[in-house]
Amino acid sequence: MAHLDSAQYDTQTGALGASPHDDEPYLEFRELSKIYAADDGPVRALDAVSIAQRKREFLSILGPSGCGKSTLLMIAAGLSPASHGLVAVQGERVIKPRTDVGIVFQNPVLLEWRTALGNVMLQAEARKLDRAAAEKRAYELLDSVGLKGFEHKYPDQLSGGMRQRVSICRALIHNPPQLLMDEPFGALDALTRDQLVLDIQRIWNEARMTVLFITHSVAEAVFLSDRVIVMTPRPGRIDRIIDIDLPRPRTLAMRETPEFARYNREILDLLLARGVLREH
Amino acid sequence: MADATGLKVRDEVLSIEQIEAREKDRRSRQKAYDRVSAVVYPVATLAAAILLWEVGVRAFKVPPFLAPPPSMLVGTFVEHSNLILYNTWRTTIEILLGYFASILIGVPLAFGIFMWPSFARTVLPLLISSQAIPKVAIAPLLLVWFGFGLFPKVLVAFLIAFFPVVISTAVGLSSIEPEKIYLARSMGLSATATFFKIRLPNALPSIFAGLKISITLAVVGAVVGEFVGGEAGLGYMLMVANGSMDTPLLFAGLIALTVQGVVLYALVEWAEYLAIPRRNNAAAAALQSVAG
Repeated sequence: MAHLDSAQYDTQTGALGASPHDDEPYLEFRELSKIYAADDGPVRALDAVSIAQRKREFLSILGPSGCGKSTLLMIAAGLSPASHGLVAVQGERVIKPRTDVGIVFQNPVLLEWRTALGNVMLQAEARKLDRAAAEKRAYELLDSVGLKGFEHKYPDQLSGGMRQRVSICRALIHNPPQLLMDEPFGALDALTRDQLVLDIQRIWNEARMTVLFITHSVAEAVFLSDRVIVMTPRPGRIDRIIDIDLPRPRTLAMRETPEFARYNREILDLLLARGVLREH
Repeated sequence: MADATGLKVRDEVLSIEQIEAREKDRRSRQKAYDRVSAVVYPVATLAAAILLWEVGVRAFKVPPFLAPPPSMLVGTFVEHSNLILYNTWRTTIEILLGYFASILIGVPLAFGIFMWPSFARTVLPLLISSQAIPKVAIAPLLLVWFGFGLFPKVLVAFLIAFFPVVISTAVGLSSIEPEKIYLARSMGLSATATFFKIRLPNALPSIFAGLKISITLAVVGAVVGEFVGGEAGLGYMLMVANGSMDTPLLFAGLIALTVQGVVLYALVEWAEYLAIPRRNNAAAAALQSVAG
């Protein structure tokens, strides 16, 4: 991306800038539990999870499938109620679906009957934003993720990676203070993932929103995050919180450095110790 | 000619641009061929069948009361044009009234089934068991209740046509990725706006699939109604022609019914194209790939 060179990167590590307001948590989970009723009895998906996310922090939740990390995102979005405990945003308890967020799911979830631009504009229409201004921004966003010239294509004319980019633009057009991403690159090929990871880093750096990123990719979590929260297998509890103390902007080459490898190793060791991974 | 490796090489050596131009040309010719053949093939087949019919009937001297030759049918159409047009018109009215009634009642019913699960539990078993009753069997009863007028025919057309509308609409409204609804809620989209902007357009392909089945069933329903107790319409005309052994008129009636059915179906497809041009393209492309 051309933007990568021109963007002014914060050389400080971590999202904690110099601003004094950043001490109080932006998003807070307090003693959060979620219990599902299943045919063979209740299932505890999340067990007493407490997380405090700082403003502008890039926080990843990493864990095996079924550790409740997607449930955590749904609760954070106010789309699913917690069974016990609470979620708060800037001290206010979340009791209904939050509209101050942009959400990116694993699947692009585009409306097939709308063009790329039309899908991005859905967000603007729903929020009754000024049409001309929103459309200008939609064009800019699509351009910034490399979709210039594809604005009037329909989802079935786009590749999987392109569709996911459209869905990212849709999550950004209203400048949300928080971006919630649920394994957004899970269904994409390795090269497209690399590109989108770089795109997300740039977007986060430019817009400086607070990002909650759900993933099962160790490399993605380390590459993008200020902090990585590793979850245990079901029931999902917090296993370890790891501060990623790497300079920004992070580059693909940085993945080969010993520091990066050390973080990878730490998380892998944890997953091995918990039996999520097994070496024979 | 052979090169050093022993492989055959072409005499002409084309530049990559020339090859590109050739491929582009080949593709556009293929597309033009596809377009023309989509029309020419069925028309040619039909023409061949008619010709075979004509020749066969003449060669084996089949009497007209068994199978009239196509050339004779042209005469029948000309001779009875007023009769055929009038009866076609009557049947069309019955079909359309029954069809629109099935939409006007079927779609809201499907909406109710989608909205209220307890309503669905109440209505669906009755609806499904009602489909087990052959409509031909209840047509005489409708005659007893409602007489010989327009209404019983419309009612039979409606009864046959409305079930696919209900089912396809209910299925269309319910089958949606939950994430689409989550997104709508996170955008602050109201329930009404979510329905009209997301859920209804999402259901349209399914709804139209039902509407296309229904229009052909409505034709059957109207004709069944006329068979049982008609005083006009193509079904009635067929009965009269049958009674007087007027086989050419019988064939003319069948052809009129076929044309009518095809035209009505095409109108529904056209409405579908207007409502969802994209989906229709995709479906047409899929069909094309099957044909190709």
